[in-house]
Amino acid sequence: MKYYSYFPGCSSEATAKGLGLSVQAIAKPLDMELMELEDWTCCGSTPYGSLDEREAILVAARNLALAEKTGLDLVTPCPSCFVTLYGANLHLKQHPQLMGEVNEALAVINLDYHGKVRVRQLIEVLFRDVTPEVIASKVKRPLNGLKVAPYYGCQMVRPDYGFDDPESPQSLDILVNNLGGEAVPYPLKNRCCGGSLIIPEEGLALSLIRKLLENAVENGAQCITTPCPLCQMNLDAYQGKVNSKFKTNYNLPVLFTSQLIGIALGIDPASLGLNTNIVSPSKVLDYISKVKQGVNSGT
Amino acid sequence: MKSFVEEVAATPGGENIRACIQCGICTGTCPVANEMEYSPRGIIAMIRAGMRDEVLSSNSMWYCLSCYMCTVRCPRGVKPTEMAHALECLANQQGFKVKGTRTPAMYRSFVSSIKGNGRVHEFGTMFRYYLTTNPLAALKMLSVGLKLFLHKRLPLIPKRVKGKQDLSELIQKFGEIRGSQ
Repeated sequence: MKYYSYFPGCSSEATAKGLGLSVQAIAKPLDMELMELEDWTCCGSTPYGSLDEREAILVAARNLALAEKTGLDLVTPCPSCFVTLYGANLHLKQHPQLMGEVNEALAVINLDYHGKVRVRQLIEVLFRDVTPEVIASKVKRPLNGLKVAPYYGCQMVRPDYGFDDPESPQSLDILVNNLGGEAVPYPLKNRCCGGSLIIPEEGLALSLIRKLLENAVENGAQCITTPCPLCQMNLDAYQGKVNSKFKTNYNLPVLFTSQLIGIALGIDPASLGLNTNIVSPSKVLDYISKVKQGVNSGT
Repeated sequence: MKSFVEEVAATPGGENIRACIQCGICTGTCPVANEMEYSPRGIIAMIRAGMRDEVLSSNSMWYCLSCYMCTVRCPRGVKPTEMAHALECLANQQGFKVKGTRTPAMYRSFVSSIKGNGRVHEFGTMFRYYLTTNPLAALKMLSVGLKLFLHKRLPLIPKRVKGKQDLSELIQKFGEIRGSQ
């Protein structure tokens, strides 16, 4: 059993509930003990850093200081939280003056930070600590050739913090294949979904989402998988809006990578929060069970 | 008085601006460059030409999606994504009014949710955003909001977080430290 300090991120409790639930569900079977960081607050976030970067770093530092006390690596399933926490950590270590000011402020709430935390994202931990081979060895319900478009989005691989290639990432492809699925070629796998601009600039974001859905479907995908809460929400919850705006007819389930892993590990759909997915993943589940029974030779 | 380029270089994220060779890879890479008043490459040239008001009142940086593609492709390590954040911070802190984008209002709702709750409360963020921009536009969001709500993904009441009080004290103290400099 490996132990980690765990930072769920705000969306894991709300718009990405399926992420929060499925990560908790796959942890034990994969011999990970994710110990939720006690009393964590927002990671700092991109919008905060766009209004007041130093204060956003301070907000991140509270979580880093809490994590440092545990002595464990800080793991988050959310690529945006990862980029924020990792970036703040790096910035503090490179700027001793800001570190000093942050510590002066942290003292008010009886915390201090020395820059010792290692910030990691869950996919990297699954890849490097757990390893795809070990995950494959625990698969109870292989995906049986399910065609999956692996969608990395942006912040899982950029800026380049040393895990996977920012231009041509492979880790999700390898994970999908190790679950018995088939990662289809997906040229737009690392292109942006529009992120939080879906709210102020909906039309712009919808056109980006449409391209991603189109590219997955034309490559034969039966579903998309992504670890990112914002990508999942944009592709899943806004699929209906894409269809009305562009007169398309997409009906493509978008599963968190942890949900897909959970399915392959044989975990029940409710524990993986599959009922919170807006485009129903039932056809994915049906396909896997039918293939298993030999009724369907695959489409 | 600092020149504009010095001011940007002193803001977190803007440090590497002087390294730019104006090759334009950032603009060619950006998925939303054509929506911007000035392109990423153009903005850097304008900063170095001292065009402070034109840059800080433009909508360009508010279109940045933080996809970081320009950052990984820049041959000079300029980090245009982080520079966009730096420019947003300067424009925000200096009270520049930006036309042609509602993104600053959305970010402000987002941050006020963090300060008020300790964590982001998504429903509250959207509610406040529409209230401060265009309440009628909220109707367009109803279908998606309802879907999220029915799938248990949009709690109406924020979760109580103990750290909320700590966070307020921390931010207040940090403001005092920065104010005294």
